[in-house]
Amino acid sequence: MKCGIVVFPGSNCDHDVYHVLSHVLEQETTFLWHQETSLEGCELVVLPGGFSYGDYLRAGSMAAHSPIMAAVRRHAEAGGRVLGICNGFQMLLETGLLPGAMRRNRDLRFLSVDVHLRVERDDLTWCSSYRRGDVLRMPIAHAEGNYVDTGEALDELERRGQVVFRYVDAAGRREPAANLNGSERAIAGVCNAGGNVLGLMPHPERCAEEMLGNRDGLGLLAGAVAGGGRVGALAAAGG
Amino acid sequence: MTTTPSSAAGEPVVDSALAADHGLTGEEFGGLCDLLGRSPTWTELGIASALYSEHCSYKSSKIHLRRFPTRSRRVVHGPGENAGVVDIGHGWVAAFKMESHNHPSFIEPYQGAATGVGGILRDVFTMGARPIACLDSLRFGEIDGERGARMRHLVDGVVRGIGDYGNCVGIPTVGGETGFHPSYNGNILVNAFALGVCREDRIFTATASGAGNPILYAGSRTGRDGIHGATMASEAFDAESEAKRPTVQVGDPFTEKVLLEASLEAMRSGVVLGVQDMGAAGLTSSCFEMAARGGAGVDIDLDLVPLREASLTPYEIMLSESQERMVFVTQRGQEEAVVEILSRWGLEASKIGRVTDSGRARLTFRGRTVADMPVEPLVDGAPVYDRPAAPPADLRERQRAVDCEAPEDPLRALRSLLGTPELGDKTWIHRQYDSTVRSNTIVGPGSDAAVLRLKGTPSALALTSDVNPSYCWLEPRMGGRQAVAEAVRNLATVGAEPVGMTNCLNFGSPENPGIAWQLRECIEGMAEACRAFDVPVISGNVSLYNETEGEAVHPTPTVAIVGVIDRLRDLGTEGDLRLVLECGFWRPGDRVVLLGSDSGEYGGSAYQRLLQRVEAGRPPLVDLEAEAALCALLRYSRRGGWLSGCHDLADGGLLVALAECAMARGIGLRGAVGCGPLALFSESQARAIVTVPAARTEELLAAAETSGVPASEIGDVGGDRLVLDFDGGTVDSATDDLRRVWTEALPRAVG
Repeated sequence: MKCGIVVFPGSNCDHDVYHVLSHVLEQETTFLWHQETSLEGCELVVLPGGFSYGDYLRAGSMAAHSPIMAAVRRHAEAGGRVLGICNGFQMLLETGLLPGAMRRNRDLRFLSVDVHLRVERDDLTWCSSYRRGDVLRMPIAHAEGNYVDTGEALDELERRGQVVFRYVDAAGRREPAANLNGSERAIAGVCNAGGNVLGLMPHPERCAEEMLGNRDGLGLLAGAVAGGGRVGALAAAGG
Repeated sequence: MTTTPSSAAGEPVVDSALAADHGLTGEEFGGLCDLLGRSPTWTELGIASALYSEHCSYKSSKIHLRRFPTRSRRVVHGPGENAGVVDIGHGWVAAFKMESHNHPSFIEPYQGAATGVGGILRDVFTMGARPIACLDSLRFGEIDGERGARMRHLVDGVVRGIGDYGNCVGIPTVGGETGFHPSYNGNILVNAFALGVCREDRIFTATASGAGNPILYAGSRTGRDGIHGATMASEAFDAESEAKRPTVQVGDPFTEKVLLEASLEAMRSGVVLGVQDMGAAGLTSSCFEMAARGGAGVDIDLDLVPLREASLTPYEIMLSESQERMVFVTQRGQEEAVVEILSRWGLEASKIGRVTDSGRARLTFRGRTVADMPVEPLVDGAPVYDRPAAPPADLRERQRAVDCEAPEDPLRALRSLLGTPELGDKTWIHRQYDSTVRSNTIVGPGSDAAVLRLKGTPSALALTSDVNPSYCWLEPRMGGRQAVAEAVRNLATVGAEPVGMTNCLNFGSPENPGIAWQLRECIEGMAEACRAFDVPVISGNVSLYNETEGEAVHPTPTVAIVGVIDRLRDLGTEGDLRLVLECGFWRPGDRVVLLGSDSGEYGGSAYQRLLQRVEAGRPPLVDLEAEAALCALLRYSRRGGWLSGCHDLADGGLLVALAECAMARGIGLRGAVGCGPLALFSESQARAIVTVPAARTEELLAAAETSGVPASEIGDVGGDRLVLDFDGGTVDSATDDLRRVWTEALPRAVG
């Protein structure tokens, strides 16, 4: 599958995602410059982590208005796959392609630590390597990952099954101590209603090789390029 | 335009009194006048004072630094470039350096520490190398109680500053050290290290060559921040130092990140001849040092320097330390290619002058020559002092042996030590730093050495930083040796061969003979160890005048060494690599073997300092042969794939080291040693704990015997308790309980 990684000024996980997609998963992978207006035929678009445009206004807010985002939006609305990791997730929230917003972490400090995630959906292509309830270990590295939305919107999100990953403890339990950034309902990753746009704060690209002591993230990137075609969801989201 | 430079109307008249205000001695000022054949202009005085500052000229340390070995078959560029460069095999080289940002961090901790990281990253990428890792060695004063309030603010600011900068640029901070000691109450130390890698044929140097070639200025505009920062860093603090806050630079990590990407891209374009960042002393040192390296001169039109406000004077333009600025020398007629790359990244670039063959730096401003100075004599001919050196008057007092009382309850002593900020878990700091970005980190912060795989090769790099200031204060030569020995040992615990060293020499005023002696002795000790281990010094930095109202910091020669692991797969299976290389017990049933021997040494030990509240006697002896034998054995065993774990014995001694192994994953030990309770806390050097699968024990013991390294089996990994019989009793504690004390120490102390 042809994969494109958007490079914004300040992106700093672009090379890491490239490495996994190109060298580990052996996909045709290219970088897409933020001032371009074409996705060059990429089927999977990745918005990588980093500090796009310095994140000076709000994380991801300026990137949301860059030229390439119009193309990303069209791609997403046409059912194309879009994966936002960390800063990329923040951009998807800022563009409105995913619901919700980010606040600063609960203790107002940057957090670089391994967390546990519970897989909440296994009917999405993204998660085709996992089973629902699987507990994954992945690093997080962010200062603004405290997911928030209105109570009604969160209820709606849950009802439509758009919560894909949640912060849990090693045994898979939702514990306040395991939800380090303070996200509402321990939400770590969400998808859109169509299931073709996914955003998450943890970094699967940093834990995709045996040598780094953790391969839990490989499944997600393998899922991202699995199957081909434009539709990211194996089945429509359940009610 | 060759008119004799002159001061402009309104600029001060330069005389010896004004020169003295700029930190120049009468002799230095006289020499400057002789060199110019006239009195310097105001701008020239500013330039000379910066170039002659301790920070830029190394005038008090140069004579001692010559003691360091700087060559080996791997060294590509030794000291003198922005960063040293060593060959790491497979067509790759590593560029690295460590630098202090002590003075600014004490005055403004967040910006001071942040710009320290920024500066060291630029030093690395100006060599053409992509930065892949940072370390930070930090020293703070007392943080407890009311007196520690200011210090807690400094800890918080420094950690946030380092984190916000490195995290944004996307360079992982993979290790370092943090110490606390009252000698840093008035002067904290912030030493930042960066490592980059590069294909061997892509290395750049900071050289201006080829008369007529254009000089480009790139990055942030020049403002008034940081004027005379280098001079400030070359003075002791006094009651007025707070007023120096405006001399602290302000950093912008986003600009740094785009400058990094744009610079690397420009260097790949083939038209760049030389690159230099504007660090200490800004445009002054970059222009003069580039010209000096190329044996060239430069003509600079200061009207073309991009400014934040139009009213800057030539003096201010030359001395500003505004951050995130670079100078490029390109081939004539090719500058547009570089400007285009930079502007694609949203950066301003402008041609500000050209290289000449005059050997002089000629600066013009609004049609007037404001400086015309010979380059080489100012840079390489800066004064060199052999300052009077003599052992401090109280040295005998310091070194007088004191009796160390044995602990009544070693477990209580252990818990007390683990509960100090000094020996407590540093996760509170590490987790504010991104340690996994760039996806190379196999072992991150908190172990003896960090390990990074080198993508596309079978190899890995290991890195560590070390120094024990108490040892250095008690006996500087031994302390200097120990810093190098411990760093080499830390690398050996992960099987890495040391390939190069950088350092940051933090001392008080060299004008005090006692301090000058400490500096000389520490360097001598380090040099002895470097020769013994065949580790060349390839870069470094000296930070003197770390004192406040006559109270100097403990001598702190921070050492950072980089090592190479040739074939990672030799050390363990891929899936086990992290477990095998990280510090900590992980596989029940493994045998625990202690390597090295104890001589009951407590001078400057954690037990003595933190529990007995004394700092006296002689520090542990560093037997370089014994260290070399231990390190060779560790590397050999690692290459053989026998070891399932290794941790060196350092601050706190054997019991602390065992506890650290047990706390790492909550997997304990059942063991016994034949020593008394006090020896559990001895800090004799050249020791390490290793774990091996039971079936490999004989091989290890045989290899140890062949190497002449004493080895004793002390027990088995397993259970959730640390149980250790000693002569006269047993230490027995749940690992979770120790872990709680250890992890709570620092968060509680910083409030």
